[in-house]
Amino acid sequence: MTTMRQRFYEVLREALDEDERVAAVTAQIGTDAIGEHPRHFDVGIREQLMIGVAAGLAAEGYRPVAHSYTPFLVERPYEMLKLDLGHNDLGAVLVSIGASYDAAREGRTHQAPEDVALVAALPGWTIHVPGHVDELDVLLRQALAADGRIYLRLTEETNHARVDGGGFTVLRRGSPGAALVLAVGPTLTPVLEATVDRDVTVAYLATVRPFPHDNLRDALADGTDVAVVEPYLAGTSSSEVAVALRDRPHRLLALGVPNAEFRRYGNGAEHRAAHGLDAPGIAHSLDGFLS
Amino acid sequence: MHMAITTTRGYDDLPALLARLTGDGKHDRSAFSTLDVLWVLYDRVLGEDDRFVLSKGHGPAAYYAVLAAKGLIPAALLDGFGNFESPLGHHPDRALLPGVEFSSGSLGHGLAVAAGRALTGRRVFCLLGDAELEEGSNWEAVQYAGRAGLASLTAIVIDNDSSSHGWPEGVERRFMLEGWVARRVDGRDHEQLAAALAPDPGGTRPRVVVAEVEPR
Repeated sequence: MTTMRQRFYEVLREALDEDERVAAVTAQIGTDAIGEHPRHFDVGIREQLMIGVAAGLAAEGYRPVAHSYTPFLVERPYEMLKLDLGHNDLGAVLVSIGASYDAAREGRTHQAPEDVALVAALPGWTIHVPGHVDELDVLLRQALAADGRIYLRLTEETNHARVDGGGFTVLRRGSPGAALVLAVGPTLTPVLEATVDRDVTVAYLATVRPFPHDNLRDALADGTDVAVVEPYLAGTSSSEVAVALRDRPHRLLALGVPNAEFRRYGNGAEHRAAHGLDAPGIAHSLDGFLS
Repeated sequence: MHMAITTTRGYDDLPALLARLTGDGKHDRSAFSTLDVLWVLYDRVLGEDDRFVLSKGHGPAAYYAVLAAKGLIPAALLDGFGNFESPLGHHPDRALLPGVEFSSGSLGHGLAVAAGRALTGRRVFCLLGDAELEEGSNWEAVQYAGRAGLASLTAIVIDNDSSSHGWPEGVERRFMLEGWVARRVDGRDHEQLAAALAPDPGGTRPRVVVAEVEPR
């Protein structure tokens, strides 16, 4: 099966050939896969420059795509995201790979579960966390055709099937007053497995910013209990749930990657299980929350 | 610059315009170290298709005065410098002030953005300070621009000897090692500045003009 990363390179190469607005800026990661093109600029291992160059290209009317592993795309040049793009009101598409723990064997230096919280702390960003390669395809093409600041978080994890639309989608309705379980991106398959015998409403979300406050409120209906399962830092969207339910008594279970130095290597599946984000882990957390 | 010059005030009008700016930001020495470079750029160098990136966003009093002298911002705005309702802050914001091409203040950002613009073939001028070059992000841009041969990019470094630990043998040596054409001039001498910043259509490498002014 084609990975999100492979599909990203395919779509980007196609866009470079077909859309004169599109430009790619890389810092050694993905350089060969994208290949040579007059509007593909590899700046070497210089990630601050990568974002600055992207801003400069945007100022000249181009639609720049900057790409690297999550820590080097978001964390190292964070002030460039804030100022070169945000404060200067310039658009770009930032596409990361590695997600929270895809690069588990590489250790902490290549893991950035805090990325979505960081980008979400800056105003005006749209954040996509696709859970399937076909979702990535659609969201990427939309991003390339748009003008704003968009962060696309790719991962090696995948759901069994795509969910169309990217927006808030209710996949299963519980009885009136049932709890709402919101699965973000690649957490959907384990969430569905963990809730198969539960009376809960299950919803899916790939575009986490702007957060769909009204959709969440409507889906919860008369219920009071919300569980949000995110594949990155636990609690990243808790404040958004609080805004959505600001005038309603509610309880919230926020599952995700703990905010801790997790000194383990191994593989992504082991990290997912260790963080309680596989189906048994999610089921165990829901048992405690809903009992 | 992305707006057309609309007035014909002269260099001699700058003191009166600067006098309209009040507050702490005006008195920062860095506000005046740039005055002559900015004047020569806007008076003799920049064309309508050129772009100017003020990376050294500290002390923009001289910048605002020159923009006002050239009619790129209303001179009346100078009176509100730094006020809550004013678009003229101690660091310029292009969203608030048409005429400003790059929002700056945090050091070490402008040269990378200027390099990105220059990759399209655009003629771009970027103004930095010798202390600003302590920020490592600048050197990512210096290295890449040299390797990529960004001939349409000109960096101007105001050297008022304000770098914390100095630049032994001159800051321009670092640029030259990375493939730039470097030239040191008197940062108060308009003829020297104009000559150094004049178009170089046959150039194949980025240029840096170190404009030396009185030490701070």
